[in-house]
Formats: sequence, C-alpha cells, structure tokens
Amino acid sequence: MSEDLKILDEVTNSEYKYGFVSNIESDNAPKGLDESTVRFISAKKNEPEWLLEWRLKSFRHWLTLEEPTWANVHYPKIDFQDIIYYSAPKKKPSLNSLDELDPEIKATFDKLGISLIEQQRLAGVAVDAVIDSVSVKTTFRETLGELGIIFCSFSEAVHDHPDLIKKYLGSVIPHTDNYYAALNSAVFSDGSFCYIPKGVRCPMELSTYFRINSAGTGQFERTLIIAEEGSFVSYLEGCTAPMRDENQLHAAIVEIISHTDATVKYSTVQNWYPGDKNGKGGIYNFVTKRGICMGDRAKISWTQVETGSAITWKYPSVILKGDYSVGEFYSVAVTNNMQQADTGTKMIHLGKKTKSIIISKGISCGKSQNSYRGLVRIGKKAEHARNFSQCDSLLIGDKCGAHTFPYIEVGNKTAKVEHEATTSKVGEDQIFYCNQRGISTEDAVNLIVNGYCKEVFNQLPMEFAVEAQKLLAISLEGSVG
Amino acid sequence: MLSIKDIKASVEGKQILNGLNLEVKPGEVHAIMGPNGSGKSTLASVLAGREEFEVEGGTVNFLGKDLLDMSPEDRARAGMFLAFQYPVEIPGVSNANFLKTAVNEVRKSRRLAPYDSKEFLKIMKEKMALVEMDKAMTQRSVNEGFSGGEKKRNEIFQMAMLEPTLAILDETDSGLDIDALRIVSNGVNALRDGNRSFIVITHYQRLLDYIVPDFVHVLYKGRIVKSGTKELALELEEKGYDWIKEEVAVGA
Repeated sequence: MSEDLKILDEVTNSEYKYGFVSNIESDNAPKGLDESTVRFISAKKNEPEWLLEWRLKSFRHWLTLEEPTWANVHYPKIDFQDIIYYSAPKKKPSLNSLDELDPEIKATFDKLGISLIEQQRLAGVAVDAVIDSVSVKTTFRETLGELGIIFCSFSEAVHDHPDLIKKYLGSVIPHTDNYYAALNSAVFSDGSFCYIPKGVRCPMELSTYFRINSAGTGQFERTLIIAEEGSFVSYLEGCTAPMRDENQLHAAIVEIISHTDATVKYSTVQNWYPGDKNGKGGIYNFVTKRGICMGDRAKISWTQVETGSAITWKYPSVILKGDYSVGEFYSVAVTNNMQQADTGTKMIHLGKKTKSIIISKGISCGKSQNSYRGLVRIGKKAEHARNFSQCDSLLIGDKCGAHTFPYIEVGNKTAKVEHEATTSKVGEDQIFYCNQRGISTEDAVNLIVNGYCKEVFNQLPMEFAVEAQKLLAISLEGSVG
Repeated sequence: MLSIKDIKASVEGKQILNGLNLEVKPGEVHAIMGPNGSGKSTLASVLAGREEFEVEGGTVNFLGKDLLDMSPEDRARAGMFLAFQYPVEIPGVSNANFLKTAVNEVRKSRRLAPYDSKEFLKIMKEKMALVEMDKAMTQRSVNEGFSGGEKKRNEIFQMAMLEPTLAILDETDSGLDIDALRIVSNGVNALRDGNRSFIVITHYQRLLDYIVPDFVHVLYKGRIVKSGTKELALELEEKGYDWIKEEVAVGA
C-alpha cells in the first residue's frame, strides 16, 4: 500500500500534466486530404510503388464510405479537409546515436518520464517513440536483434522487411474494414513493427510511446506485431498529447498475428488529452485493434486502461481461428467531466475448443457517458467454444451515464457463453467507513475504485500498473463533490 | 476527555436524541443499554459524524476540541474509533492495504513518519494475535465474504491497529457465538490500559461479563434515564426495561 499511497498523495490535486507543447520544428503536409496528400506521404517516406498503390486503393475506398454513427457518442461532424495528415520533426533522427537526437525531442520524452537512453535496460523496456507522424527513436535494437527479434518503426520495416509487411499488412484488418481503418490505411504515417521469431521469448517489454505535438494534425499510426510459432511477447503502448482547444483526431490501427502456441500480450494506457471540464478540446480516439490467433493454442490478451480522450471508440478484438486458442480482454475505462467512451471487444470463435474471457470495468463520473459494447460470436465449426464475460459499471455522482450493449451470436450448440453484468455506485457507507478510519473522502474514492479495478490492473506489467493507478487518481480528480 | 452536553439529534426529520448528557474520563468503560429504538446507535453515529444525522442542539467536547465541528476523518485522526454494528465491505482492497492507509493517515496527522512495510507487518502480527486472526484474513478484501464473527473480530483488530483514545463499540456482540464473544472481549480487554476509554453499546448483559464496565447507563427515548454500576446491567437482565419506562413515566 505504501506505493499506492505515495501515488495517490502525489496526484491528489494534479491536473493533466502532459499538456505542454514542445517547440520542435516540423515538416508538415499541406492541410486537407486528396490523392495528392496520399502521394505526398508516400513520397516523404520513400515508399515502394506497391505500398503507394495500396494506400490509394484504401483512399478510394474510404471516399465511398460514410462516417459511422452507431456508437453511443455525440460530436460535431469532423471536417477532414481541416486536418494536417503529416507532420514530422524537421531534424532527421539518427538511429545509431542518441546524441544526434534533437535535444527538444529528448527533453520532451524526459518530461514525459520516458527515458530513451539505454538505462531503460534496468527497467527492462525497449521503447519506440513516435512524435506526430514519425518514429524518432527505437531503443535496444541490437540486444533484440541478437535473438532475431525485429523491433523498429513501421517505415523502416517497409524498407528492411518488405516481405513481412507485404504478407501481413491489412491481413487482420483489411483496408475495407471500416471508415477509420480505411482512412488510416490511406494516410498512416508511422508506428511500430515487431517480429518475434519461432520459439523466442522476448526478454523485455516492448513499448511504443505515442505523442501528438503539432497543432491541427491528426495522428494515424499503424502497429503490426507478428509472433511466430511458440514465441512470446509483451507489448506496451502509452500516449499523451498537449492541451489544445481544438479537437484532434487519432485514428490508429493495431494488427496482431499470433501463430501456433504463441502468446501476445498487448497493454495500453491511453491518456490522450481529454478536453477541459466544459468539454472543450481533447482527442477523438477512433482506433481499430484486432488480433488473430492463427494457429492452435495461440493466445492474444488485450489489457487497456482508458482514461484520456474526449471521445473513445475502440474495440480490441480477437479472431480465434486456431483450435484451443485463447482470447482475453481486460479493460478499465474511466470517463469524467464531458468525456464519452464507447469501448469493448469482439471475440470471434472459429476454431474448436476456443476460449475467451472479457472483463470490463467502466467508471463514470462528472457528466460523462461510458458504454461497453461487445460481441461474442461462436462460429458453426467452433465446437465446445467457451466465453465468459463480466461487465461492471461504477457510477460516481448522479449526472453521468453507464450503458452496456452486449451482442451474442451462437452458431454452434456445444458452445458455452456466460455474461454477467453489474452496475453499482460508490457507496456512502463505504466512504464513511474509510472516513471513520482516518481516510479522506478523495483518498477513499481512489481506494475503492482501485479495488474495483484490481482484476484488470493485475494483468498489467508492474510499472504500467503503477502508471495506471496514477492516471486513475488524476481522472477521478474532483469527481466527488 | 469526552463531554456530551444536552445533545439533540434527528434523522430524516425524526428526533432521536433528546438532550443527552454523558461524561467519559480517561480509562473509563461506559456501557450503554436500552430498549430498541432508544437512540443507542444514533449516539454512535452522531459521535462518529455520519452525515445523515442532524445535530440540532447541545455540545460535544472531545479532548478539548469541539467535536461537532470536525469532519469524520479528523475525529478519527484525533483518536475516536467506531467499531461498526454492520462493517462495510470494500471489494478488491486488501485488509492490510486498507489498514496501512488508515494507520499512516492517522500518523501523518500526528506528525509521525509513516510506517514502512516492514514495521507495519511487525505491528500487524502483534495485533493479529490479540484477536486470534490468521494471516490469510489480512490479505482478503476488507470484510468481503467474512462471516459475521470475522467482521466483528476485524473491527477489533482495526481498533488495535489504530490505537484510539476513545473507542465506541456499537453492538459488537450482536451475532457472535460464545467463542467469538470471548475472542472479541479478550481483544478489547487487552487494550484497556488505564487511559483508553470505551463506550460499549449493547443489548445484552452477557457482554458485560467479559468486558466489565465502570458505569452502566440506560438510554430511553433519546436520553440517559438511569445510571449505575455493573449491577444495574444485571438488574436489567433480570427485570427487563418496563420498570425503567414506568419510572420515567412517573417522573414526567
């Protein structure tokens, strides 16, 4: 508890502390979106013809699509011509020496508490840092390289490992998948690429840190993770953005391929700027994340702690193709003030004896709206597939909303699908009990909510769990009045 | 140390305490008995500062301070402890974590350095023995899935950890079997040190065989109508409350 307490102490009375802007000179694409924007991005990245074609195909498809409106979120129509689709720090980052990195960029990451220096070895985390549209630094490449692990920016992977990219890009999330996936496929700029060879257990946490810095830009990164037979990797994703009055769009894609007997654990602590108390500004977080368990006994586990963004629209999903494969989704989504979240998962059971578990904890405070939306589909051939879902909602105050939209489709009689849902309020009795033991109301709420999220926090790597608790405390700030 | 003068309090518009007076000196054990609905638990809630209870008059002085002016957490930090009649469950928060937070909050308010994990564990071990509690219970979530007896034992364990100046036991004996009653009472008695004071609220004389009070008060219609020594409790056990009600009726 000492650790918990210290954190709570530290963050009581703190606000969004990542809201600063760094003065980094950037190289921008002209505002707006048409085919020339797509060509501009592709040319900037010196991409091969086939990739440009794929982007253009995606863009043309995107033009035929309508913005989806089925989610339980409300916002003014986005003007896609008013966004800058490419923004890169001007000074070319060096991949070999940190000394050549723009000091402003280094200072930015230091301020965020992310050390890009090789000291990270102590923490056992390798980092890929992405500012706006490009990856600026990937650490530990050599160490990982000795094991045959590839961990680099997506742009580099396009040049250095074109076969892998060609084979897997869009293989889990096709460019036709949905509106934002099509948009991302057309204009994605950078992101992380990770390849774990057969039988290798990645010895450290791999981490990508996303930072939106420039004004008026959208961030469209793309992450691709491939785990070959019998391999293991734990992947972390963090993100922050400056405080701005305007809304900024973040439309990312994460694709995961887990082969026979491989395990991929993907953890996110999402802390994009949520906007101010009155709902001004903040990130629109419209993200498509999906993994496929290709082979037998493959496993993909998503853990997410969603505290930021004005609007969150994301459903990290698993396609359970291999027999005996396992999909997991652990989620804590906190909304405060005017935030809106519509998040959940899809578990698509195709293989025999596939198993999935969904644990979702929604916490709403202020005037926010928090929705869980999840699909469990058992295919015709998925003999003896099993799912267990638990969706809990916690309300703090009486002006917020919690909603649950579970969809269950069962195509095989031998399936076993369980769904449990609860809605509760932080009880006055609980708070008074804590008060009577000398604990203030604010600390009591933190304690109670942390307890409520424990099942999910337990899934996070240690350091991330600490980070998540800090964030939670900040997000709950002023929620008890 | 505690001086209650002419306190009047209501809940949901209904007056429950009607000018109650009570003096508690350091080291004393006061038992409060009385028929159902006489205001026993209301007294405990008012002293602990539960919001739903409206204090409409009177004063309470605790260790030289105006108690009614203090928040519930400040009362706790000043050394007041309430053993709840119905202890509350807090899922996902381990008993040990909960207590460490509480103990260190109290220490902070007294300008003492917080205990580190090692010190805390050592103290916890000592106090666990007082209520014959096993280690597994400290790792379980606060009161979650505890039996009635375990919850009450846990209250006394928390009391031992927080070392209050004044402990209020609100029907701690209700729902306890003989063994649990003995364990809880032993725990309380071990904490009697000549300085710590207790207010023991109970329905049954039985508890007072184990925790021997210095004074027994009978609460009726929101006031203390009779005070005596432990013999009064025996008399009540034998004769019930009717004679007291009659006395009050005659007096009025």
